[in-house]
Amino acid sequence: MTEDMLPVNIFFFVIAAMMIFSAVRVVTTKNVVHAALWLVGVLAGAAAQFILLASEFMGITQVLVYIGAIVVLFLFGIMLTRAELGTSDDLDNDRTQKLIAGGVALLLAVVMGYVLYDAFEDQSISLVGHTTTQLGQTTEQISDSIFSTYLVPFEAASVLLLAALIGAIVLARRD
Amino acid sequence: MLINQFLFLAAILFCIGVYGVLARKNGVMVLMSIELILNAVNINLVAFAAMWGTKAPAAGTDPSVATIGPVFALFVIAVAAAEVGVGLALILMLFRNRRSIDIDELDLMKG
Repeated sequence: MTEDMLPVNIFFFVIAAMMIFSAVRVVTTKNVVHAALWLVGVLAGAAAQFILLASEFMGITQVLVYIGAIVVLFLFGIMLTRAELGTSDDLDNDRTQKLIAGGVALLLAVVMGYVLYDAFEDQSISLVGHTTTQLGQTTEQISDSIFSTYLVPFEAASVLLLAALIGAIVLARRD
Repeated sequence: MLINQFLFLAAILFCIGVYGVLARKNGVMVLMSIELILNAVNINLVAFAAMWGTKAPAAGTDPSVATIGPVFALFVIAVAAAEVGVGLALILMLFRNRRSIDIDELDLMKG
């Protein structure tokens, strides 16, 4: 069995294809609610990729925070702004701007693709034979790291979330 | 697995997100595209962490260095959550004042 035929690779390509299809639907669909649901597809795919990379903590955080909270927040936003719940032709900019956007995205893809290929040509990650502890990906190690080395940034992040919470309440409430 | 598989996937998702930010007019859709971009960054961080983790034991360095990747990705998730919260509040305010959330109508600063 060659390296390319490892089950983990097959899983990767199936999930990656699903993620890219969902992401394309997020930016092209004419229905706002469908876009939020396709976004769930991308985020769940990313969670699966984290599990493939042996990062269980990130996989679960992704599901809890992104799919559990952020997508619900988006659905609230859609409902509160009274978007058309059917298909709507008024979600995109005009044709010229879409073409420019496509050109920019394509250019970016070519540049990043070339740089990545140039820098990491055939470096492999073979997780087989390593324990998660060796990989430094267990929840215990991550929490040790957060609550010792990165304690100050962690506190800063919590203050940021508090500020965002208060800011969102102040902005959104009716006077 | 090649490291480039994950990096290319993240790059493609990033470009799709950039396309969404530039091509969409609806404010909520622009925020969704920004989520795609931030998520692509998280995939990169975790992939690099895994790459470092497989190399660290051989190089004789501390494996806990590889935990930096998930820790940074956690911070990215926290910032993304804050950004969506404030962003949606702004869009809600926009809707209340103008009855529309089309970003291209905000041209007050155009000379």
